[in-house]
Amino acid sequence: MSDAASGEGIGQPVRRKEDYRFITGNGHYTDDINRPRQTFAYFLRSPHAHARIKSIDTSAAEAAPGVVAVFTGKHVANDGIGGLICGWTVTSKDGTPMKVGPHPILALDTVRYVGDHVAMVVAETLADARAAAELIEVDYEALPATVSLSSCQDGKAPQVHAEAPRNTCFEWELGNKAETEAAFAKADRVVKLDLKNNRLIPNAMEPRAAIGEFDKGTGIYTLHTTSQNPHVARLVLSAFVGVAPEHKLRVIAPDVGGGFGSKIFIYAEETACVWAAAKVGRPIKWTADRSEAFLSDAHGRDHLSHAELALDKDGRFLGLRVKTIANLGAYLSTFSAAVPTYLYGTLLSGQYDLPAIHVEVDGVYTHTAPVDAYRGAGRPEATYLIERIVETAARETGIDPAEIRRRNYVKTFPHQTPVIMNYDAGDYAASLDAALDAIDYKGFPARKAEAARRGMLRGIGFSSYIEACGLAPSAAVGSLGAGVGLWESAEVRVNPTGNIEVLTGSHSHGQGHETTFAQLVASRLGVPLANVEIVHGDTDKVQFGMGTYGSRSGAVGMSAIAKALDKIEAKAKKIAAHLMEAAVEDIVFENGVFTVQGTDKSLAWAELSLAAYTAHGFPSADIEPGLKEGAFYDPTNFTFPAGCHICEVEIDPDTGIVKIAKFVAVDDFGTVINPMIVEGQVHGGIAQGIGQALLEHGVYDADSGQLVTGSYMDYCMPRADDLPSFTLGFTKTECPSNPLGMKGCGEAGAIASPPAVINAVTDALGIREIEMPATPARIWEAAQAATSRAAAE
Amino acid sequence: MPVVSMTVNGKPASADVEARTLLVQFIREQLGLTGTHVGCDTSQCGACVVHVDGRAVKSCTMLAAQAEGAEVLTIEGLAKNGELHPVQAAFREHHGLQCGFCTPGMIMTAIDMIRRNPGLDEETVREELEGNICRCTGYHNIVKAILAASQEMR
Ligand code: FES
Ligand code: FES
Repeated sequence: MSDAASGEGIGQPVRRKEDYRFITGNGHYTDDINRPRQTFAYFLRSPHAHARIKSIDTSAAEAAPGVVAVFTGKHVANDGIGGLICGWTVTSKDGTPMKVGPHPILALDTVRYVGDHVAMVVAETLADARAAAELIEVDYEALPATVSLSSCQDGKAPQVHAEAPRNTCFEWELGNKAETEAAFAKADRVVKLDLKNNRLIPNAMEPRAAIGEFDKGTGIYTLHTTSQNPHVARLVLSAFVGVAPEHKLRVIAPDVGGGFGSKIFIYAEETACVWAAAKVGRPIKWTADRSEAFLSDAHGRDHLSHAELALDKDGRFLGLRVKTIANLGAYLSTFSAAVPTYLYGTLLSGQYDLPAIHVEVDGVYTHTAPVDAYRGAGRPEATYLIERIVETAARETGIDPAEIRRRNYVKTFPHQTPVIMNYDAGDYAASLDAALDAIDYKGFPARKAEAARRGMLRGIGFSSYIEACGLAPSAAVGSLGAGVGLWESAEVRVNPTGNIEVLTGSHSHGQGHETTFAQLVASRLGVPLANVEIVHGDTDKVQFGMGTYGSRSGAVGMSAIAKALDKIEAKAKKIAAHLMEAAVEDIVFENGVFTVQGTDKSLAWAELSLAAYTAHGFPSADIEPGLKEGAFYDPTNFTFPAGCHICEVEIDPDTGIVKIAKFVAVDDFGTVINPMIVEGQVHGGIAQGIGQALLEHGVYDADSGQLVTGSYMDYCMPRADDLPSFTLGFTKTECPSNPLGMKGCGEAGAIASPPAVINAVTDALGIREIEMPATPARIWEAAQAATSRAAAE
Repeated sequence: MPVVSMTVNGKPASADVEARTLLVQFIREQLGLTGTHVGCDTSQCGACVVHVDGRAVKSCTMLAAQAEGAEVLTIEGLAKNGELHPVQAAFREHHGLQCGFCTPGMIMTAIDMIRRNPGLDEETVREELEGNICRCTGYHNIVKAILAASQEMR
């Protein structure tokens, strides 16, 4: 490797290129952007969980100071603008497609959750818009709301959509039912568990925002927005919603302050801003305040499950059956139907050789905010279920929790599970062993005894997780109901001076692509990192891309870049051969220098780049001028990051307060481009997972359907003093399904950690179950009950 | 509308603003200094922290008028002659940021924290960060960065 590139290549903890602008206050987030003559939008939202709109009178608002326009659902419908869509169709077990209710951008005659969009006020200032919204008179007929997951399908609960009887969107199943029943019939033991996966509210720190613009002269619309996938947004807005033809709509996602899934989706507000910009002939800016984010960002999780695990007399798993009710909220969001089905049921084999699995999932509507992908999306719910029931099985059989896992791990690859996935590589015992070492498992009994002497309850909990990332082979997802292919694109442009722009369809909103992607390019082409610029997030620059979610940007996005780099290298060699009058086969490219094998002829990268553009004397039939190549990469399989997280907690039985004494995470992500960034991803994921386990809960009032946890005063975000520092380790089996051997690291922490924490809490308390979030109140109650049980025994 | 005047990042700044204008609005909208962010509407997240007369303040909890005559320092005023403040440098060195949205508030809070607490330890840093929310980093590297910077600045 050349001097310039050393320390910057693959595997190096390179400091991030993007940091300078963020630490100096020079980032450009959507709300930092202002457009000439811009107006401001404010959305009037439903105060009811369920109501019929009898009438809306906007006349006073229209006459209010500063008001430019007021729009309601009628304006949108009259303009031929369609509703929002779900891009994945799930089929029920009876063969019928899922039942989809309409999802208008602004409500027409019914509102279906608190925060549903009723009207849009556009005014000179935000204060004007907000004040005018208060003058809109909406005559609501309040209706009873459906909130509870357990009763929404009972036939008596109010209907969310007429199209979906019993509020049931789909009744889906996966696996081998007959074989599962046979496995249970011959089981020596059946372990049963009821589980709730608590509703979460994503809370990226940058609230959603949008600026819609329309250029009368060209007929081109521009939308600046907080998106994880601007091209998908453009496609949906043009092909399905019908705001503008695709080639007349430019979507720009500039610096985006975190996403975690919540910024994948195409929402009403962004859509309304770009649509209405043409109506008012001026740019329209909207930025959510945090209260609006709580109400209207798509929420995550919210499952109710019953699980049963069949075991033989040696503690080997024979079969798993699962019944889950998954809350979809009031409307289907962009990918919501896929989350509790193909991203959930397919992962229920965990790391285990489980010959028979049958899962049934009912996707249901309630009068709550839409539920869609949130960091991990389906895989945390699967992991929570399997790792909780495995831990329970360990306790009921008396087999050590590490041992029961080890006994049941998949050990040979490829491994076909009964639920679609084909695991391509892994070494689950390796990460378990490393985690056991890191936490000093042998020393645990002594630590527990020492804690007991201080009156504290110490517990340890395991989680051997697996996830499917690198979404995903287009043919595979297509056959499962996806409306899109999940490849990625890249274009590598070499400039005449030899520096390089890489256009990628991935989008970075904290992941550090500007650094990691550049590391790949720098090490492949032997140029300094500083000479590589990563361009993303603008549909005018990047032709198309599927965006960033599902830990796909490394495995899929970088593989596309690698493929384009192959083409660059091939063409560059051709040029080098021509310039040095040698055969292409004799050209060697190493560390940014082209040489002719067996001679002292050489050509530096910069010389070749310039020559590619001067093109003097190129045999024109053979070599076109220029050096620019594009590639689309479609993965051949999902990738399967896996590992073992172990959590040790200490509980004060008098207060119910849990302290995480130690948290160990050992992950196998395959090839790691930048370990510093990967560790950061794991830290953040674990924090979100601990948040789910101990702190966070999106709660709606069971009767009124009001969001009870609508601010940081009520929704408990993990803060620095809720968390420990984490101990991380890595094991490595390369992913055979992509050229770089990468698996993906963005979601592992959020997927693995909740069961590790809850297994530790229940271990400490000596109880079987506790609901997430295991708040001090819940823990205190459980501790009191456990103490009185112990006293009675 | 009242005229509000203060010194921001060493330069005089004044504007005609409505009485209800918050300091953070004055900074972002009047002065165009968009490094200071707004992450909540309940004074919980700390994305908006700036220094007012040398002390860390959530600029969403204060009216612009209350800062009349004050010395205000924002994230943009921190680096001197292109040289990063040690806390800025430490955030970069220790990967204390991902999406960067909480970062300006974190850095401004950290500087004040280091000033007030000679001999910072991890527990104190975590307690002192109670008013700053980060959704990306799990705080691990933020804590590391602040501890490193506090060593450096001793
Ligand atoms: S914006 Fe000031 S504390 Fe959140
Ligand atoms: S770095 Fe994204 S919120 Fe802190």
